[in-house]
Amino acid sequence: MAATSKTTSASSKSTSRTRSSAKKAEPAIAEFDKEQELHAYREMLLIRRFEEKAGQLYGMGLIGGFCHLYIGQEAVVVGLQMAKQDGDQMITGYRDHGHMLAMDLDPKGVMAELTGRRGGLSKGKGGSMHMFSKEKHFFGGHGIVGAQVSLGTGLGFANKYRENGNVAMAFFGDGASNQGQVYESFNMAELWKLPVVYVIENNKYGMGTSVARASATTDLSQRGDSFGIPGEQVDGMDVRAVNAAAAKALEWCRSGKGPYILEMITYRYRGHSMSDPAKYRSKDEVQKMRTEHDPIEQVRKRLIDKKWATEEDLKGIDKDVRARVAEAAEFAQTDPEPDASELYTDILI
Amino acid sequence: MPIDILMPALSPTMEEGKLAKWLKSEGDTVTAGDVLAEIETDKATMEVEAVDEGTLGKILVPEGTDNVKVNEKIAILLGEGEDASAIDTASAAPAAAAAPAKTEAPSAPAAPSPQAPAQETPDDPEIPAGTAMKPSTVREALRDAMAEEMRRDPNVFVMGEEVAEYQGAYKITQGLLDEFSAKRVIDTPITEHGFAGLGVGAAMAGLRPIVEFMTFNFAMQAMDQIINSAAKTLYMSGGQMGAPIVFRGPNGAAARVGAQHSQDYAAWYAHVPGLKVVQPYSAADAKGLLKAAIRDPNPVIFLENEILYGQSFEIPDMEDFVLPIGKAKVERGGTDVTLVSWGIGMTYAMKAADELAGMGISAEVINLRTIRPLDIDTVLASVRKTGRIVTVEEAFPMCSVSSEIAYQVQEKAFDYLDAPVTRVTGKDVPMPYAANLEKLALPSVPEVIDAVKAVTYTA
Repeated sequence: MAATSKTTSASSKSTSRTRSSAKKAEPAIAEFDKEQELHAYREMLLIRRFEEKAGQLYGMGLIGGFCHLYIGQEAVVVGLQMAKQDGDQMITGYRDHGHMLAMDLDPKGVMAELTGRRGGLSKGKGGSMHMFSKEKHFFGGHGIVGAQVSLGTGLGFANKYRENGNVAMAFFGDGASNQGQVYESFNMAELWKLPVVYVIENNKYGMGTSVARASATTDLSQRGDSFGIPGEQVDGMDVRAVNAAAAKALEWCRSGKGPYILEMITYRYRGHSMSDPAKYRSKDEVQKMRTEHDPIEQVRKRLIDKKWATEEDLKGIDKDVRARVAEAAEFAQTDPEPDASELYTDILI
Repeated sequence: MPIDILMPALSPTMEEGKLAKWLKSEGDTVTAGDVLAEIETDKATMEVEAVDEGTLGKILVPEGTDNVKVNEKIAILLGEGEDASAIDTASAAPAAAAAPAKTEAPSAPAAPSPQAPAQETPDDPEIPAGTAMKPSTVREALRDAMAEEMRRDPNVFVMGEEVAEYQGAYKITQGLLDEFSAKRVIDTPITEHGFAGLGVGAAMAGLRPIVEFMTFNFAMQAMDQIINSAAKTLYMSGGQMGAPIVFRGPNGAAARVGAQHSQDYAAWYAHVPGLKVVQPYSAADAKGLLKAAIRDPNPVIFLENEILYGQSFEIPDMEDFVLPIGKAKVERGGTDVTLVSWGIGMTYAMKAADELAGMGISAEVINLRTIRPLDIDTVLASVRKTGRIVTVEEAFPMCSVSSEIAYQVQEKAFDYLDAPVTRVTGKDVPMPYAANLEKLALPSVPEVIDAVKAVTYTA
């Protein structure tokens, strides 16, 4: 299952670990069945199309402030979503639209929040970086790099306190992985054996600074080593690899063994935010990733190759997804802005 | 020459303690490092070691004696070749190291009790008439408040540095581990940022954390989680998800702990919408407000004071005494001037009111209890009666809570003012260490009296 992954744990610590770079999909990966492939395809495509539309609305001036798109990283959140159980929580940073869609939040509510309308998930008071749903176990949407790691550790703490068998998934980027509170959280999570999967979405750049320019050690999966937290690098462009690693990590946490670190090697096609020209990397680098590793194309190809879907079937899915996104975009533009009276609500209960 | 053994100071704020036990008897030989006695402070039982060698000549304070003042002579050590005949000379001589003056300036009355004189104390509307009162220290009140709320709600837990096995760095959580187990009384590593964030996450998931900071000075490390996560999430989620959490611990100056351990943060937190900020003065405040804070569905900053921990007050003997957050208390009625204070500032205000009464000036003293939401109505009602107001606080003056009160009073009661709104605050300097400088940096009773004389034109 994790043949392409490297694992260390407290019991198998080694000072002579071999360094490994991101792995490509290899045949040893656990295959998806038809239903899984189709599910992954739909979910990832929804995120892709939603984000493309968000980028478009931003360009039209309908979305304000910061807007961080998830395009390219879809396999990460979808692979985890497919492995989680009911009640498992997710929490992430500001690149959060994909997580919300994967957690089954209504695209209309997400898009309307981006445009700051009253039907937005936060009534238009949160914006792109700040959305939440207690009902769907999505805990944000946090704008301060690294904060969600401590908060997510608290979600794990609550799971253990209540003995509810749930696991919290705390997502953060390669940039956040250098924040001090991440290590404070790692320490407590392992000390108290909290059920938290730390998902490092390594998209190779913290804003404009590459991992190598920001991190003294670049194998982020090993960042829990000094606390005895097992970690592994995963091909974050292959939804099957993500799913397999997630299943293993979730099981580890659920069985009371403490936290687990998954470093997802992934890539964002767009800039850090909409206002980032991304001059710190070449167009070729982006193009190569798109053509050779695109997470959605990989699934599409397998569906066709295995004759689990025809081009027509996939076009049909695309059409459905586009219709949902169009509906969300329409709602986000026609829904009124929040009433002025909302300025003073929801400050205190 | 016989050597005097003096009652040692075992913490920055200790003024007296109990001589619990002598481990050496008269006539015993003592070498440096031997444990001579056990001293109980309000925080802990400590051992006293001998510094010099000799023979324990005479025990002056028998074991079991309470309230032994710091620097009081407790025994006499005889040097080589000396015998008991040397003792008389020794006890006649003044103690080598005199106790540093810890009491107020000479003008202060002799150790007035923290409670206001009974006649001038209005009934507390929150306490039913006829309720029996009992003495309690602020420390006990805080502990009891947490214990009662933990019994009431299994989602309440307390976490922080040294709260469990050590029984609290300031003994506020004493006994909680025994009653509630390590699941609910949790020692954390020294990682304020991390455990504050963990607490907020647990609160977002529906638990009711009480996060103790060993002092609020250390909460600076956790500021982002308190402000950006705890205070703002309810708003940013459109009301879906908030953080019912209490951050509590000692705030402000203790005694001689220097600039990094002495700051009063009330104004910092009070600045932020989405937080409630409570700063209790008495044991009743501490108990009633902490219980309210734990039940409150919002994040509450609960600012205690180390010097007040050991002070005793009367508290109502009630099964469930809860005070409303956001309601000030008229602690002492008066007609000539309004003194507004909160937390330890109240000790200056109350003493000053006592002295002013002797000068024929009747001061009304308002104990704010809560800083945010600010009960300005109670302040305004008093100012409309007296026409004069002096605020008292230990914090820095710039952008202080006093600044806000001054603004609101001039805005809402301008026509009632017979003198400028005046404030007595800590000085605009980092807290110095030297005893004399620290005293100068803090407000004083004479400063409050001078301010009142100025606004009543009686200077």
